[in-house]
Amino acid sequence: MLADKDRIFTNLYGWQGWDLAPARARGVWNDTKKLVAMGRDAIVEEVKTSGLRGRGGAGFPTGLKWSFMPKEPDPKRPSYLVINADESEPGTCKDREILRFDPHRLIEGALVSSFALGAHACYIYIRGEFYNEASNVQKAIDEAYDAGLLGKNAAGSGWDFDLYLHRGAGAYICGEETALLESLEGKKGQPRNKPPFPAGAGLYGCPTTVNNVETIAVVPEILRRGGNWFAGFGRPKNSGTKLFCISGHVEQPCDVEEELGIPMKELIERHAGGVRGGWDNLLAVLPGGSSTPILPRTQCESVLMDFDSLREAKSALGTGGLIVMDKSTDVIYAIARLSHFYMHESCGQCTPCREGTGWLWRVMQRMVKGNARVEEIDMLLEVTKEIEGHTICAHGDASAWPIQGLIRHFRPEMEKRIRAYRDAAHRDAAE
Amino acid sequence: MPKLTIDGIEIEVAPGTSVLQACEQLGIEIPRFCFHERLSVPANCRMCLVEMERSPKPIASCAMPCGDGMVIRTDTEVVHKARKGVMEFLLINHPLDCPICDQGGECDLQDQAMAFGFDRSRYAENKRAVKEKNLGPLIKTFMTRCIHCTRCIRFADEIAGTPELGATGRSEQMEVGTYIEKAITSELSGNLIDICPVGALTSKPYQFNARPWELRKTETIDVLDAVGSNIRVDARGGEVMRVLPRLHEDVNEEWISDRTRFACDGLRRQRLDRPYVRCDGKLRPASWDEAFAAIAERLEGLDGSQIAALAGDLCDAESMLALKELMAALGSANLDCRQDGAALDPAARAGYLFNTTIAGIEQADAILIVGANPRWEATMVNARIRKRWLMGGLSVGVIGPNVDLGYRTDHLGAGPQTLQELAAGDHAFAKTLAKAERPMLIVGMGALARPDGAAVLAAARSAAETFGLVKEDWNGFNVLHTAAARVGGLELGFVPGEGGRGTAGILDGARNGEVKLVWLLGADEIGADRFGDAFVVYQGHHGDRGAHRADVILPGAAYTEKNGTYVNTEGRPQRGKQAVFPPGEAREDWKILRAFSDRVGRTLPYDSLEQLRGHMAQVAPRLARIDEIEPAEWQAFGKAGKMDAAPFASPVEVFYMTDPISRASATMAKCISQIVGEGEKRTGTDG
Repeated sequence: MLADKDRIFTNLYGWQGWDLAPARARGVWNDTKKLVAMGRDAIVEEVKTSGLRGRGGAGFPTGLKWSFMPKEPDPKRPSYLVINADESEPGTCKDREILRFDPHRLIEGALVSSFALGAHACYIYIRGEFYNEASNVQKAIDEAYDAGLLGKNAAGSGWDFDLYLHRGAGAYICGEETALLESLEGKKGQPRNKPPFPAGAGLYGCPTTVNNVETIAVVPEILRRGGNWFAGFGRPKNSGTKLFCISGHVEQPCDVEEELGIPMKELIERHAGGVRGGWDNLLAVLPGGSSTPILPRTQCESVLMDFDSLREAKSALGTGGLIVMDKSTDVIYAIARLSHFYMHESCGQCTPCREGTGWLWRVMQRMVKGNARVEEIDMLLEVTKEIEGHTICAHGDASAWPIQGLIRHFRPEMEKRIRAYRDAAHRDAAE
Repeated sequence: MPKLTIDGIEIEVAPGTSVLQACEQLGIEIPRFCFHERLSVPANCRMCLVEMERSPKPIASCAMPCGDGMVIRTDTEVVHKARKGVMEFLLINHPLDCPICDQGGECDLQDQAMAFGFDRSRYAENKRAVKEKNLGPLIKTFMTRCIHCTRCIRFADEIAGTPELGATGRSEQMEVGTYIEKAITSELSGNLIDICPVGALTSKPYQFNARPWELRKTETIDVLDAVGSNIRVDARGGEVMRVLPRLHEDVNEEWISDRTRFACDGLRRQRLDRPYVRCDGKLRPASWDEAFAAIAERLEGLDGSQIAALAGDLCDAESMLALKELMAALGSANLDCRQDGAALDPAARAGYLFNTTIAGIEQADAILIVGANPRWEATMVNARIRKRWLMGGLSVGVIGPNVDLGYRTDHLGAGPQTLQELAAGDHAFAKTLAKAERPMLIVGMGALARPDGAAVLAAARSAAETFGLVKEDWNGFNVLHTAAARVGGLELGFVPGEGGRGTAGILDGARNGEVKLVWLLGADEIGADRFGDAFVVYQGHHGDRGAHRADVILPGAAYTEKNGTYVNTEGRPQRGKQAVFPPGEAREDWKILRAFSDRVGRTLPYDSLEQLRGHMAQVAPRLARIDEIEPAEWQAFGKAGKMDAAPFASPVEVFYMTDPISRASATMAKCISQIVGEGEKRTGTDG
């Protein structure tokens, strides 16, 4: 278990104030000037050493991403940092807690990271539904401006830096980095085709890095304590601490900061008070938000909560939001509900996702009742394969994976339901 | 120059070429819906997926720029599966109502479904249905058929410059529309029908009229403006059913204006299908013999100077030549092809041509528009200016009516005074022009067809010389014509001969009795009251202004009914071809003139179109060099003088009606009431 002294988010539960004074007492804004004084290259190197991987779901190495930005920005095409605070993944509520209770940690991270990217301006794109969070972040930004931590010569670092908060309008797809940029530019939130990648042509066609809230918020602490400290947690390539959100059928749903690579069973039992009705009552877990394929109990016994271990289990770490389901769950219905979500949130731009998600949902609705033929399970799987990998962004994949996971692990359950429905129909006919 | 391998074949392509284009260069067909080479690339239909080595997922070939060492495969299991999948997705919510769809037979979705789709549907759920939208009198929508390729949205945004279309909603509920239901106001809106790959946007006037395989297709030239857009006329039996654009990179690319496309129903209305002779003040049907006899009788005893001829805006060069020679045989030098009185000098070619050429606009870096509204007068020229403007680095100044041209313009002033100030260097735009490497000046008929036209032309020429518009390899002086026949007439010398009268002189002469007979060859833009007591022969195809005043009507052929040569505003001769026969007793115009010449004993020396053309090649050799532009030599033209202070006004008051054909078109009338006149108050009995 992660020792208290190694926790980065020391106000995760809001037990202290969120504003500047208590944040300073927690060590935020402590000699930020010195962090900036390390220089751009040193900061990027330190982040590379730490092994930090993006906390938004895809897990791309942050230091590597940063190194794609131009070293000498063209004055006509300034570099930007955009912080993705559009946390909308079902089962995930980690960024929310940072925005609520520790906004200064994010703001400090924004300054240091922007400096490392050569950006004088940074935008935080916050989910529209996060009203109170946006209010806290805006107040924190205002405080920081008043205290000289932002603006000209931010925090005495010699770096001019402006930070803007932009509220979204409630579309899940705007959490996709390029859709987020489109939305930020005032257009319809639809993902862009890649290449060009944002590091080449992002916000307003300028070099842009888009990072998750948690990724940016941990950067100052990594720099203060050293990349090796951060890399000391977890396994190689899966290092550091991570916020996990445990929801569903557990005794105490919670957010918790833990070492990457903690066994799932330990995470649930130690921090969430265990599965409702005991471990044996566990049916399955969605390990990292709604789009990661479901894992049945047998796999949950041994799987480690990190990028590679979950990938070996044919799932993904995603955002680290575990949705725990006990045996009272109608797992087919649960996945059908997710299908509805993905249909509703598809941006409608590209064909496989626009048309396919609706198809999936309609077939899943019938699967819930069992009003289908067994062959249709194969057809359903095939349709998911036709969507997966054929779309502009990962929304198509995300809509396909939960169903693929369901069919992989719960096919007998689906067949059983189909048979039951058919038998009932026959019985009715006979009567 | 990136070098890549596609299906095992190595190819070197220009930088910036997409994988799809590289495949096309190799003759490998990649299916696509959203990709259009003249529009931006959204890569949203996902039909063009191909496999790329070292890429875990198939890539959208339309959006992927070629890179050195790329290895592309277009014929693999993965690619076939992806295409089949996308095709299936496109079809699950498509109504498959091909039997009642106007796009049937020329539908991309239909064709590609044949080539890449499954033979049956696995989709057993309910299909989506979308409410129809009213986009005005030209475009019929059937939005249930929409496959969301967004071509129409991009066309309206990028080419037309009227961002009126957009997508609302998301997922399956995404709909293409105008946000608030309204008619599309673009003059290029008909092209939306062509670029829509399915039957979501179809032609409203043409709806349920014909099937593509029933149509006889004739490749010809449009005459409703002076651009000479290349068109295809689709006819069934004796009727023109529709007009479509034909590719000509240097003229209209692959677009045409709405007037060109939709005015064709005017070819069926108000037609002159038999000769008429005026008896006791009333026009009565007559035979050809009677009509010819009436004219011959009137001609008897008339001196050449008492006879005159005016050619209209839609005439082919052949008939103008025949009329000119008939007049010469009758001893008359009173002829003019400038019925609006435009002060164009037939002796100086550079002074009446669009010298830069339409394609040349793409090299310009500053444009001064004087007395023209290119958006209405020559829509395709305007589209080219917009295309150039989108590339960046173009400034456009306007002297004349301040109208929205679809790109940013500086309105410098309204009348000749501004032109003078500019030439004197007193204007900020003078610096722009002076600095520009390839500056252009476009003078419209709004500046030349006025009493001081010659002075304006001279002022424009001197401005062109002041700002160095004419250089070794660049001629930036341009006259923008509105009449398809005009340049042809000037090239043939259909202008007053020695001692002859021009348009103004002819009309004056008619009023004071010095001119006793006026032959109008499709000249409809002159008011009936301006001919005094003169005997008017009207030869033309529509019962328009000219026919109303006529004493004898000789029914001629419209542009779709005859083979003819037309010279566009650039000086580009092009051949129009006959698509259908003239109605009733109407005949091709040169034949009428040839027959009449025989009747009065002054037989013109040609018995066939070939002979006439051979003769024309001797008189005006340039007109025989089809589709070639001969650059004009720079020389003096115009006549310096005092200019009136009155502001320039465009000769085109309403885009949709400019000539006898469009004035007869019911579709164009609908456009005026629903697009131009939208929001006007109506009386209770309207409609």
